Amino acid sequence: MERIPILRMGKFLLITIQVDMHDTTALALQDDLMAKIARSGARGVLIDISALDVVDSYIGRMIADISMMSKLLHARTVLVGMRPAVAITLVELGLSLRGVKTALDVEKGMELLAAALEDGDAADQD
Amino acid sequence: MPPIRTDWVEVRAESDIVHARQLVRRLSSEMGFRLVDQTKLVTAASELARNTVVHGGGGRLSWECIAEEGREGIRLTFHDCGPGIADVQLALKDGWSTGKGLGMGLSGTKRLVNEFEIESRPGRGTRVTITKWK
Ligand SMILES: Nc1ncnc2c1ncn2[C@@H]1O[C@H](COP(=O)(O)OP(=O)(O)O)[C@@H](O)[C@H]1O
Ligand SMILES: [Mg+2]
Repeated sequence: MERIPILRMGKFLLITIQVDMHDTTALALQDDLMAKIARSGARGVLIDISALDVVDSYIGRMIADISMMSKLLHARTVLVGMRPAVAITLVELGLSLRGVKTALDVEKGMELLAAALEDGDAADQD
Repeated sequence: MPPIRTDWVEVRAESDIVHARQLVRRLSSEMGFRLVDQTKLVTAASELARNTVVHGGGGRLSWECIAEEGREGIRLTFHDCGPGIADVQLALKDGWSTGKGLGMGLSGTKRLVNEFEIESRPGRGTRVTITKWK
């Protein structure tokens, strides 16, 4: 089975989904990512879906689950690069992805994660 | 008017869900559908293909590129001889699932296409037909 690589970038993890995923590939990615967050102590996860031309309810659920689970492991998730046609379709399908933070591209996503980390660290010291 | 092109493919294994998406992408792009409409139809096909595999125990996707009354479209029929659906009205509700899904497949698909028909008999199987016009 194909596996999606997870790249480490400092305190963050970057996942670039470049293939039309099988359902089991999506499930494996979720498991791999949680293990990697726990092992590395990463504080943020960027999921780049700019190469994906379809997001159905299965992939949508995976993204929402990752966002929720990583929060429990003290990491934030930002979804980046969603194509306009995918966004329109997701809304009509009825998936709101509420609670999932988004950014236009990887760079903006990184900024968002870095800023959130700073805020969080400041709050931790209070 | 008769269909311009028609064929069918097996929808049995998990990989067939990916194949169904790719097939519908190719057909809708060749027919010159707008990108958003391609995406909606591919997403609908993905949902129904997964239902055929996961709930229906495998089946077929028959497709037709159609032209009638001066308009062109794609009609997809997903058919299986699985357990069927006891209460179709319930299955069409947002969030209703007898499995581990989100329960957005059938209801969401209905919103993504122009025509949606479902026929199911417990113990006999399920047939879902969707049409998207260009
Ligand atoms: N081909 C099928 N055969 C049998 N049952 C089906 C089929 N398609 C859908 N269903 C039933 O309808 C319910 C709703 O389907 P759907 O909206 O796609 O949600 P999900 O697949 O997430 O459960 C399913 O949980 C299942 O009980
Ligand atoms: Mg479904």
